[in-house]
Amino acid sequence: MPTTESLSPAALLAVYTLALRIHLVDERFRGLLRSGRLAAVYYSPRGQEILAAAMGVHLNARDYLVTTYRGIHDQLAKGIPLRSLFAEYYGKATGACKGKGGAMHITHPASGVMVTTGVVGSGLPIANGLAWASQLKGEDRVTLCCFGDGASNIGAFHEALNLAALWKLPVIFLCQNNGYGECTPYGKATASARISDRAAAYGPNMLGVTVDGNDPEAMWTASAAAVARARSGEGPTLLEAKTFRFMGHYFGDPGAYIPKAEYDAALAKDPMPATRAAVLASGISEAELEDLKKQIEADIDDALQFALDSPVPDLDEINRDIYADPTGAPA
Amino acid sequence: MNAPTAATTATKTISFTEAYSRALHDAMEMDPRVIMLGEDIADEEGGGVFKVTKGLSTKFGSRVRTTPISEQAIVGAAVGAALAGLRPVAEIMLMNFITVPMDQIVNHAAKLRFMSGGQTHVPITIRTRTGAGAGTAGQHSDMLEAWFAHVAGMKVVIPSSPADAYGLLLGCIFDEDPCLFIEDAMTRTQTGPEPEKGKIIPLGQANVAREGTDVTVIGYGRPLRDTLVIAEKLAAEGISVEVLDLRTVSPLDTDSILKSVAKTQRAVVVHEAPRSFGAGAEVAARIQEHLYSELKAPVLRVASRDVTVPFAKVLEQEYLYKPSAIEASIRQTLNGKGRR
Repeated sequence: MPTTESLSPAALLAVYTLALRIHLVDERFRGLLRSGRLAAVYYSPRGQEILAAAMGVHLNARDYLVTTYRGIHDQLAKGIPLRSLFAEYYGKATGACKGKGGAMHITHPASGVMVTTGVVGSGLPIANGLAWASQLKGEDRVTLCCFGDGASNIGAFHEALNLAALWKLPVIFLCQNNGYGECTPYGKATASARISDRAAAYGPNMLGVTVDGNDPEAMWTASAAAVARARSGEGPTLLEAKTFRFMGHYFGDPGAYIPKAEYDAALAKDPMPATRAAVLASGISEAELEDLKKQIEADIDDALQFALDSPVPDLDEINRDIYADPTGAPA
Repeated sequence: MNAPTAATTATKTISFTEAYSRALHDAMEMDPRVIMLGEDIADEEGGGVFKVTKGLSTKFGSRVRTTPISEQAIVGAAVGAALAGLRPVAEIMLMNFITVPMDQIVNHAAKLRFMSGGQTHVPITIRTRTGAGAGTAGQHSDMLEAWFAHVAGMKVVIPSSPADAYGLLLGCIFDEDPCLFIEDAMTRTQTGPEPEKGKIIPLGQANVAREGTDVTVIGYGRPLRDTLVIAEKLAAEGISVEVLDLRTVSPLDTDSILKSVAKTQRAVVVHEAPRSFGAGAEVAARIQEHLYSELKAPVLRVASRDVTVPFAKVLEQEYLYKPSAIEASIRQTLNGKGRR
């Protein structure tokens, strides 16, 4: 895995392809919600596509992901199958979690999506445990833990970062700093100028980096370094990716608390069209990108149809997965 | 199994602390997936404040780790390691401190199996210690088992003998679900017959600690030990008390409760935790739901008072359930014989 190279055209295309997939899935979900064809609590990752994709291209299915309710971009970047995802949003038996977790609690271990938590800041201590297991087993898996700037103010954040640094765990804490914790702006909730500045408090094992999460090259390079650092046993990274959240906190949030000038300035730096332009400048044609889009749309059509055609869970499902059978003893 | 017989009087005895310690040691020896974390638990830090983990880090190395005082980090790391296929045993030094990692336990450990549709599960054991009587007052003595029994997916265990402590702790460690194992601070040096090495007691199964025909006393932990003494005393008067040790507060072994109470038609439920909204209320409710027409007396509860555990010795004793109340309640249910 290159760590110091700049973003090659092929790597840029890989990032954009993944980001476009995230973008189009998000667009589809919002369309379904707007038209009343889907009823779910939804947290759009619009604006955060590039940072997730630029991290995702460095990970494989064996690496672990812990993310939050605004995690659809992370889950897609980690490779969760669209059918499992759509069916879970529809609460169907074929969904990733058999319709029992829902949009805010996606799990899909086959693609490394281990926990999606609806409780802000809860994922960090759990990510440590996954990373600790890899360390104990001598595996080179990386654990990626995604959360927002709001999560950096709960106690679990501090406890987890201290332990990760202390034990030199192979974990990346990716703070997606979109400027708002729910409806409260960063400056009203966080006293530190930068989240990554807090890394210094956890000693030399914790590297703190702030990067423009909307810049594919910067994000790709920082991600590569954090992944390489974790994989080689050098320790955890607190990677703060600065970004913006175009659709408010939850779907339907009019975002009245966001100053118009701030919103307009962010929109002017929307990473999706900017990255598309960069891909075109690198020699990819409009036609190729149109084909790419068509292919992803076809995958989404298929996933949506699969979800719509799938049965709802059997009522007996409410009795399952509470406990295992009481047979966990070694033979 | 608790009543010594002529054949077992020569059996070696061990204390509760030895039983916990031996179970942890044997589990680590039996299965390399068993790992341990908690405050001060490694030998360099003294092998745990209560010495239960003494010797384990020396023998098992990095599988036993002392942690910072960070309860959320401890339980969270246990949850994550369990998701990755290990069997972590986390120590939360005292039960009142479990209020700190409640999110990790209630929202994550207990629910991930269900919320993931069975794709992941969290086979962790949380060992914790508590109990009133040592003057540790309001923030170091609470019995909070009912909180956890109230959450689907958790298993809650409180042993009443060293042999059970050993077998049940192994049961927790090798169980596929998150278990809370509660050690009673006041019984730690008390002894009982030693357990059979490697013998696992499955969770969710109550134990008839003493057979009887007139009344069933149902409980777990320390009050059960008092009850067995009282039962012997009453036997001399011709009162036959059956003692049912739940062992697992959750899942509750309803079948064993109903079987015993159907036989005796009278029940007293005992626990150290405060009375209101305690596990005893659940047991009493299940008995009346199933056996109302067969009961010869109301189900009585013996428990501690609904107040914060006080410091002053006289007040602390006033707070605690009283063995004399167990005896009085047994007699009261028997006196209720002709009431209906």
